[in-house]
Amino acid sequence: MNLHSFLLMRHELMLTGIALLILFIEIFFNEKRNHAIIPICISLFFINTVIGFLLPSHSGTLFGGMYKTGELQILMKNVLNVGVLIVLIQSVKWLKSVENIGKTNEFFIILFSALIGMNFMISSGDFLMFYLGLELATIPMAALAAYERSKNKSAEAGVKLILSAALSSGIMLYGVSMIYGMTGSIYFDDISTAFTGSYGLNALALIFFFAGMAFKISLVPFHLWTADVYEGAPINITSFLSVISKGAAVFILSIILFNVFRSVIVMWQDLIYITAAITMTVGNLFAIRQTNIKRFLAFSSIAQAGFILLGMISGNQIGMTAIIYFVLIYIFSNLGAFGVATAISNATGKETIPEYNGLYKTNPKLSLTMMLSLFSLAGIPPVAGFFGKFFLFTAAASQGFYWLVFIAVVNATISLYYYLLVVKAMFINHNDEPIAYFKSDFYTRLGLLICLVGMFVIGFASNIYEFIFHVVSKI
Amino acid sequence: MSHAGIPLHYFLIVSTIMFFVGVYGFLTRKNLITMLMSIELILNSVNINFVAFNRYLYPDGLHGQFFSIFIIAVAACEAAVAIAIIINIYRRFRTISVEDVSEMKF
Repeated sequence: MNLHSFLLMRHELMLTGIALLILFIEIFFNEKRNHAIIPICISLFFINTVIGFLLPSHSGTLFGGMYKTGELQILMKNVLNVGVLIVLIQSVKWLKSVENIGKTNEFFIILFSALIGMNFMISSGDFLMFYLGLELATIPMAALAAYERSKNKSAEAGVKLILSAALSSGIMLYGVSMIYGMTGSIYFDDISTAFTGSYGLNALALIFFFAGMAFKISLVPFHLWTADVYEGAPINITSFLSVISKGAAVFILSIILFNVFRSVIVMWQDLIYITAAITMTVGNLFAIRQTNIKRFLAFSSIAQAGFILLGMISGNQIGMTAIIYFVLIYIFSNLGAFGVATAISNATGKETIPEYNGLYKTNPKLSLTMMLSLFSLAGIPPVAGFFGKFFLFTAAASQGFYWLVFIAVVNATISLYYYLLVVKAMFINHNDEPIAYFKSDFYTRLGLLICLVGMFVIGFASNIYEFIFHVVSKI
Repeated sequence: MSHAGIPLHYFLIVSTIMFFVGVYGFLTRKNLITMLMSIELILNSVNINFVAFNRYLYPDGLHGQFFSIFIIAVAACEAAVAIAIIINIYRRFRTISVEDVSEMKF
């Protein structure tokens, strides 16, 4: 293995370099005034994102097939990079607050290690690398959820996250051990040829594996940790959890299902059919009765995960394209909604929907941004969310799952109801003491602006969809 | 190969029992440390599976044994972070019982 082939891992190497660099830079800053490290970290990550897009694509394998990269993997990593960049920009205000003085650089290092784990997970070529990447992505996340050491809720969220993540890894590994017992290999390529036939142990292995992954994506029988962790964690971490970590898990699950378990597609299509139907329905019905905006967005993200399964069930290139396209849109629209919630929470500490009453009178720009983001999440035409959902439904319909598409359409209507409840609170409901007008800082406005631009541009620029389809169809 | 009397399915029965004891323990125990121990049971049952399959069915390679070594190492990291968070919880709540460590409700 020479240096040139080592550079195949350039996404991971760059991130590792940045994380180490931040560790060194921190020495030169006074602990009381280490705000100055924030712009440095963000610009380093911005450079990393840009380089990730600009460098010519490459493909190959490393470590005897454990690490595999190609245009598809690079596209997924770039999508995640964009999302993380927005999360970082949105969290500047919070990082500058008094209680976070002296531990700003920890935030960046932990977050980057989680991202390195996701990148390795996406690029994995066998189950060992996949497991290591998965754990490298989840363990730092628990540390991030428990980041605010002085808050009870934050500690509770951290312990709930790490215990449920460890349980889900255990269940998933039990499935992997059965797969190893059936096929004698842990390499994806070998398994895809050997893992055929739908007899008992194969089905059991698949179910255990899928159950473990369903925990990570918070699909419905395994979603109970989601709302508590999302509510308890600091709101910037919540946005990272709900968008980036879910996106990475969706990506790798679809890669594994489409490639490794290709020959047993009938088995996992049944599995996904049921989970998708329950996930959408339960997520939507529980979202209606939430009053805390973070819990509300948590259940809405559970429902969105159910919609993503519609793309997965098709098992073809249209489905894979629809998943990547939808996750890209979901990053912008969900981070838009979270960005507004973050701004309000940071400025006033208010996090419940009734407190948003009459927000339009005092903060019209924030209300408009929130409205557009929620419209995009619901899938109303002028914004990109509509096209994302449309392609997911197309993918499911292309394989003849009309009933599932029907259930999804009904659920999209239900979701419109509760998204509009928030819009109604902001625009129509009267409030004697609405949230007073406040001026957001530069970073918050920049983050929201990127989200808004993304929501419109991705919807209208059809060559983005065509580019993704082009990349996917080469596999 | 020395299969020395003990057939493969004996190992699998033990590991299956361990797995479900772990899941049962995780769902019923009220103490955070005990829940962590239940997870270790699950992971160790996976290790038994891997090593037994490796030894009996595929003695040419070492993938199963490698995998179990990695699982042991990662489980240690996981326990380290989990216990750090649990210590923080003990400082804040003065208890590590699941029922008391619950501020958020549906």
